[in-house]
Parts: sequence; C-alpha cells; structure tokens
Amino acid sequence: MDSSFYLIQLLNGIQYGFLLFLVASGLTLIFGIMGIINLAHGSFYMIGSYLAFWFTSLTDNFLYGILLAIPVTLVVGYAVERLAISYLYQRDHLYQVLLTYALILIFNELQRMLWGSDVHSVAVPQAFSGSVQLTENQAYPVYRLLISASCIVIALAMYWVIQKTRLGMTIRAGASNREMVQSLGINVNRLFAVVFSLGVTLAALAGMLAAPVNTVYPGIGDGVLIISFVVVVIGGIGSIKGAFIGAMLIGLADTFGKVLLPEMASMVVYALMALVLFWRPQGLFGKG
Amino acid sequence: MSNLDKAGINRRTVLKGAAGLAAASAIFPSAFAIGGQAKVKVGLLLPYTGTYAKLGTNIKDALELRIQQAGGKLGGREVEFVSIDSEAKPPKAPELTSKLIKKEKVDFLVGPVHSVVGMAMVKMARKDGIITVIPNAGANQLTGSLCAPNIFRTSFSSYQPGFPGGKAILEDGHKRVVLMYWNYGFGKQVAAAFKQSFLPGGGTIVKEIPTPFPKVEFQAYLTEVAALEPDAVFTFYAGGGAVKFVKDYAAAGLNKKIPLYGAGFLTEGVTGAQGAAAEGVRTTLHYADSLDLPANHRFRDAFKKSFGRHADVYAVQGYDAGDLLIQGMNAVQGDTSARAEMIAAMESSTIDSPRGKFTFSKSHNPVQNIYLREVVNGENKVLRTVEEALEDPAEGCKIA
Repeated sequence: MDSSFYLIQLLNGIQYGFLLFLVASGLTLIFGIMGIINLAHGSFYMIGSYLAFWFTSLTDNFLYGILLAIPVTLVVGYAVERLAISYLYQRDHLYQVLLTYALILIFNELQRMLWGSDVHSVAVPQAFSGSVQLTENQAYPVYRLLISASCIVIALAMYWVIQKTRLGMTIRAGASNREMVQSLGINVNRLFAVVFSLGVTLAALAGMLAAPVNTVYPGIGDGVLIISFVVVVIGGIGSIKGAFIGAMLIGLADTFGKVLLPEMASMVVYALMALVLFWRPQGLFGKG
Repeated sequence: MSNLDKAGINRRTVLKGAAGLAAASAIFPSAFAIGGQAKVKVGLLLPYTGTYAKLGTNIKDALELRIQQAGGKLGGREVEFVSIDSEAKPPKAPELTSKLIKKEKVDFLVGPVHSVVGMAMVKMARKDGIITVIPNAGANQLTGSLCAPNIFRTSFSSYQPGFPGGKAILEDGHKRVVLMYWNYGFGKQVAAAFKQSFLPGGGTIVKEIPTPFPKVEFQAYLTEVAALEPDAVFTFYAGGGAVKFVKDYAAAGLNKKIPLYGAGFLTEGVTGAQGAAAEGVRTTLHYADSLDLPANHRFRDAFKKSFGRHADVYAVQGYDAGDLLIQGMNAVQGDTSARAEMIAAMESSTIDSPRGKFTFSKSHNPVQNIYLREVVNGENKVLRTVEEALEDPAEGCKIA
C-alpha cells in the first residue's frame, strides 16, 4: 500500500462527501429555517433517481432527463408543502414525524405502482463514460469526477443565493427571527413553500446525479435518509457550512473506516457523531 | 348530514351483502362435500410486495402452473390456494404462519423467500408437524440444525453455490483470491462454504472483505482490490447491490485485469441492469436460464405462454415445489392424514426439474448439480458442471 493508494482513497472520501452534502444541505435548510423534521427527505432522493431513470429512458438523453426531472420535483415539493406540511407548523415535532413517515410509505407505494420492484439502471452519458487510469490496475470513472464538479457548482450557487440575493436574505432573516420577518410584510407562507420545494429538490438532484453510478431500486432513499441526518447533526442543525464540513468528515471517515478498520466499518460514522456531540452537543456550527 | 346518512345506508347495504355471502359460503362447502372430497388447502407465505415481490410472484405462478399441468389436482382432490403476503418482514412471520396453520387449517405450507422469515416459519411448522416446502430461503440451518421430517426444501442451501465456487476458481487457475461479501447471515455462509473447498485445494485468501449489509458504497474496497492485485475476486451480492457492485467493478477498470466470480445471485435477474459491465462475470448456481435440457425448454415455454414473461431460477424452485407436492399426494391417493407415508414418498422422490433431475438428502435439501456460468451477451451461459449431485453437509441435523 503506497501513498497513491491513500491518495485515491482520499479522492473516494471527498467524492462521497460531496454527494452527502448535496442531500444533507436540503435537509438542514428545511429543518433550520422551517423547523420541520422531514423524514421523507430520503424519499425525494428516491423520486429524483426514478424520475432521472424514467425521463432518460423516454428521451434517450440523460441531460434532458435531468432537465425534465428538476421542475417535476420542484412542483411535487411545493405541492407536498402546501397540501400537507403547511398544516403542521404550529404542531409538535411528533406530528411532523408521523406525517413525513406516512409520506415515506406513500411514496414507496407510488414508486412500486409506477415503476415496479425491478432494479433499473441509467446509462452514464456517452461523453462522460470514459475513465482516467490512475494506477496500473485502477481507473477512475470520469462521471464520478463530474458528480463532484457538479456538487461544487451547486454548493457555490447555494452560497451565492443565500448570501447575495434577496431571497437568500429573507431566508436568513426567516431563520433567525420568523415573527420579525412576518411583521415586516414578507409572506412567510410562500417563503416556506419555496424553501421546502428547493430543499427537497436538492435531495432529488443528488438522487438524479447518482442514478448512473447507483442504479435505481426500491428503498434506495432509506439509507440516504439516516446518513444525512448524521451529517446534519454533526454539522449543526440549520447550518449549510456545517452540512458541508459534516459531509466531508463523514465521507472521509466512512472511506478510511472501511480501509483501516474493516470490522467496524459500519460503526465508524456513528462513533464520529457520538464524539462530536460529546464535544459540542449543538454540532460543529450549530447555534448553542 | 346528508353525507352521513348516505354513509349509513352504504354500510348497512354492505353488511347485509356480507351476511348473505357468509350464509351462502356456509351452505356451499357441504353441498360440494356430498359430491366428493373437500379441497386440499395449500397455504402460501410469500412476498408479493417490497423488494422480493418479483421472487414471490414467480414462485407462486410456477407452483400453480405445475399443479395445473397435473390436471389441477393433488392426489385426485381439487386444490385451494390460501395466499398471504409475507412482505418479507421477519417480525410478521410468526403471526402469519400461525394464521395459515391454525385459522385457515391448511394441509401444506409453502414459503418463504426470505431466510429470516424462514427461521420463524420452520420453528412453528416443526411444532405442528405440517408438511412444509421451502421454495427459496437458503439459510443452511433450515435443513441443518432446524431440520425436521416434515420440512423440505426445493431451492438450495447457501453452502451449495459457495462450496463449488472455490473449486471452480481453482480449476480456472486462480490461486490468490480476494473474498468480498455482504456481512450478514447468508453472505457469511456462502463465504465459509467457499473457503471449505478453496483453502484445502491450495488457494490463498489475500484478503477477506466483509462489507456492511445492505450498503452499496464499494469505492473504497475496489481501490483496495486494485492495490492487492489478486488473481481473482469471489463475491456474494444480490439484487440492487449486485448491479451496483458489478457496474462499479467495471467502471474502476478492474474487470479487464482481475476476473470477477460470485455466487450465482450476482448475475441472476439483473444482467439487464448491469449491461456490458456484467460480460465475462462467472458465477456458480444450481440453474441457468440457458440450460440445454428438454425439461428446461418445456418449462420455459409453458411459463412464457401462461404468464407472458420469462421464467427465472425462483420460478424453477416454485415449479419443483409443486412437483414435490404432487408426488407426495399421489403416493397416498390424496389422504392428507397419512403424513408419515407421504413424507416417505416425498423423501425418496426424484424431481424432473428444469435444472436437471435431483433427489433429496436425508435432511430434505436437494442433491443437485452446480453449474459454472459466464455472462455472454447479457445471458448466463453454462460453461461446465462444477459439482455433480452436490449434497449439503446438513450440519447439526439430527435426522440426517
């Protein structure tokens, strides 16, 4: 095992971290700003994957597939917020957990009715189907690098929207003082619907981008949900920066855990979470 | 208010209808009983929803097809199927099994797909003594430490795809192997059986990599495989995990340098989704779609004609479960009370299966051929028979 081995593992870890960030940022956004615990977040990841598969097979083009799938998820997210979530803002978290858990079951059943229980695969777009030869034996698929690049672009875009635009300003204000924003005449209801819709679309987008490497199968969102909660809790609830650092930590811990402590591979990320919470109960960037 | 009234009327009507139906069904069975014997009840506990839905449906359809081919009768008696969705959920298994045995009073139990559901089901069936046929669940224990005279299996034990894997890989000239598998019951049993033939045959396990079940992040492990440079890799993955693993393996360029082997499930029912990545992958299993046997051609044609889709290994196992029931019931002319006699007949039966003829071991697991297959143009082609009439060692079985 020479140094190139560890460098490639570093790349694997960062790559995984980027994908986690994409899912977890939506979750932390929704929780931080709206105070909603959205257990159905993983379902949107699944919806994204299936829509990407569906539209790609209809149009025979992965890019068109994604371009069609994004507006559909935005609409689904908006509708779910208006028709279900919006009735529970005044209620206890327990009600939100029950509702969003019910949504998981509904979405799973819909998935089964629409697409069946088979395993589907989405072809990697032709232009990115090559790979880079890293060592004598191992090549790195270009598409995986493209995923990381897309995640960086999306992260920068999110930073720009939240820090530099009017929408971002309202979102930040809404997060720190909801009543004040409302009394300044901003339509908080619409703001929440937009945030929810954007947040779940980030999860769906992660599902779409990952579809060609992941394959698409029932229950694909379940594992994603748990690991995103770990990321959000480590990073501090509601903090985008925290979600980024948390996702990178988890990505690296998971990868190197598998290599260095294979017997405990599945526990490493949870041990990391426990350590962080022991040190900072509110998470790395959480408001104490 | 008017809505409420409507609801009231509706409910009353429904209740009346239900009462009528109940009365009718109370009369009809006795009417039938005058004409002949009561129907044989076959209880099916299989998954029709969830990840294993396709497996459950194929098993059920093929089982019914086999009985249909025999005139729709078991030992001269009409058959009634009582089908319950197991959802492949272990916590529900005891309740559902008990419902079939106690409430429905079925004569036979067929199921399940999932091994952990199988454990719960078999424990109850052992107590009751009801004749049970397992059409998939492969845990060694089901015909090992949990074996019983009334429990039969028409599928395989996890030993059966694993053990020949080690032999096949050595025959192909690979001595240094990385062993990768999902770290749960079935994966561990396949890996253990692999080592039982591979290590004494002179092979070396360069590294054993158990990966968390059911996670599908393989990138870190593949980097490790590339660095270890083994002669070959032997794996156990299934379903979505198998698709992801085979695609990742090819995307990392490993398939060109290091041949990939696995227990048959790696390329079973998923080659369509794996595409070109699966080409050249070699696996060991008791069946292959392309098996060139008259019984296999007959079965595949009949299945295609009846259901409009292709049969698979799970359908074969369901079909053979039907055959076993037919042979048992014919031996006692449909007298379900002659249990001991029926078990003796089933034990000594030969099943003319699409996978090739097989018999049963003393622990009631198939004694069957295991084939080495290679994916060519998206299809599992049989390269050779690795083990003829391979018998499961039935560890811990008292009746064996």
